Amino acid sequence: MKQPGEFYQRDREWHPPAATPDYKTSVTRSPEYSLLSLEQSASEITGPTFGHNDIDPLDNDMIHNYAQPGESAIGERIILHGQVLDENGRPVRNTLVEAWQANAGGRYRHKKDTYLAPIDPNFGGCGRVLTDDEGYYVFRTVKPGAYPWRNWVNSWRPAHIHLSIFGTSFSQRLITQCYFEGDPLIARCPIVNTIPDQTARDQLVAALDMNATIPLDTIAYKFDIVLRGRRSTVFENRLEGN
Amino acid sequence: MVQKLDYLKETPSQTAGPYVHIGLAPGAAGFEIYDKELGWDIAGPNAKGERIRVEGIVIDGIGSPIKDVLLEAWQANADGIYAHPEHPGEVEEGFRGWGRVITDFETGEWGFDTVKPGRVMGRSGKLMAPHINLWIVARGINVGLNTRIYFDDEAEANAADPVINLIEWERRRATLIAKRGERDGQIVYRFDIKLQGQDETVFFDI
Ligand SMILES: [Fe+2]
Repeated sequence: MKQPGEFYQRDREWHPPAATPDYKTSVTRSPEYSLLSLEQSASEITGPTFGHNDIDPLDNDMIHNYAQPGESAIGERIILHGQVLDENGRPVRNTLVEAWQANAGGRYRHKKDTYLAPIDPNFGGCGRVLTDDEGYYVFRTVKPGAYPWRNWVNSWRPAHIHLSIFGTSFSQRLITQCYFEGDPLIARCPIVNTIPDQTARDQLVAALDMNATIPLDTIAYKFDIVLRGRRSTVFENRLEGN
Repeated sequence: MVQKLDYLKETPSQTAGPYVHIGLAPGAAGFEIYDKELGWDIAGPNAKGERIRVEGIVIDGIGSPIKDVLLEAWQANADGIYAHPEHPGEVEEGFRGWGRVITDFETGEWGFDTVKPGRVMGRSGKLMAPHINLWIVARGINVGLNTRIYFDDEAEANAADPVINLIEWERRRATLIAKRGERDGQIVYRFDIKLQGQDETVFFDI
């Protein structure tokens, strides 16, 4: 009988390295020693699980989840949706996806953000959802604005939504950012460019998805997320012993 | 030509950025949005074992505390059981074993309350010493960093731990050992994390 085993090794050449001098903040926050590679034990192949009583069904509607009754967030109305898969192409069900973003003007609702673009009183900027049985997730929100940040004197982040995904094990834990098709700021962004491979960078760009657009209402972008895949083998993997 | 392997590639990681609190700890960002923020209660009210607090700071390569870090903890209960369907055994009602904290915006201090975990069976039937798994993200960290918190009052178990023993340099092993103390009648372990430089914490590729 096939047994689920370890998760595939993370491809460290696909991910950004720790030290990426063009993204200046990484310089003093990057370990210099090599990571110590661990064969996985129960500590790595398990991880937190979440259920529908942890969240509210409206948490994924960022247009309304912080708005006054009868109001909604200002900006280009978008649906961001996609599937969470593993590297074997299997859906990752019932996993928590959390999102946060700036408002349509590029301003975060955060006490440390002082950008002059105004706060939208009806927009909080965070949402969360559990994937369904096919691994699908969906958010309704407004398209975030680009915003300036202190890296070079004239650095602008492309429009992006931050995403946090759990998977089924602590070794699948991932935070990433989703960008939007056609944005000329993507290629200029030092944070995007921490990722060495162009194909890998392209994986972070959501595609305009006309089929999922709601006519006369909301534009849709599709962003699939891939978490580490998992070995299953008939051979002893010695994870639990003997 | 050969047959094509049709594996997908993992989505590349990006930094959590300076505003990670909005998404994962909005109360700390300065607003109330969810009825229930996740991750503030690791052990729940029914967990057996010793109640402890773990505290520390995260220090950068200059030696300064970092004030915009988010840390997640993942641990077994006092019997060494993870709250996960694949781990044999039961945990107490309400024990989740997962927690999420941020560093203080002024001081860089973080801390969480939990129970001390038990020993967990490792690979090849080797027991691991009690430990808490940590995942650290922040602005400037491109891929979340994994490490483990061990406990200095577990010297014997630590000496036999298969993961600690993988670390070739004994001096570096000490970076994973939290120091036990007491404050106002409560057990407090200190665990400072150094991202870079002298006595850099051991981080794992799990
Ligand atoms: Fe951002």
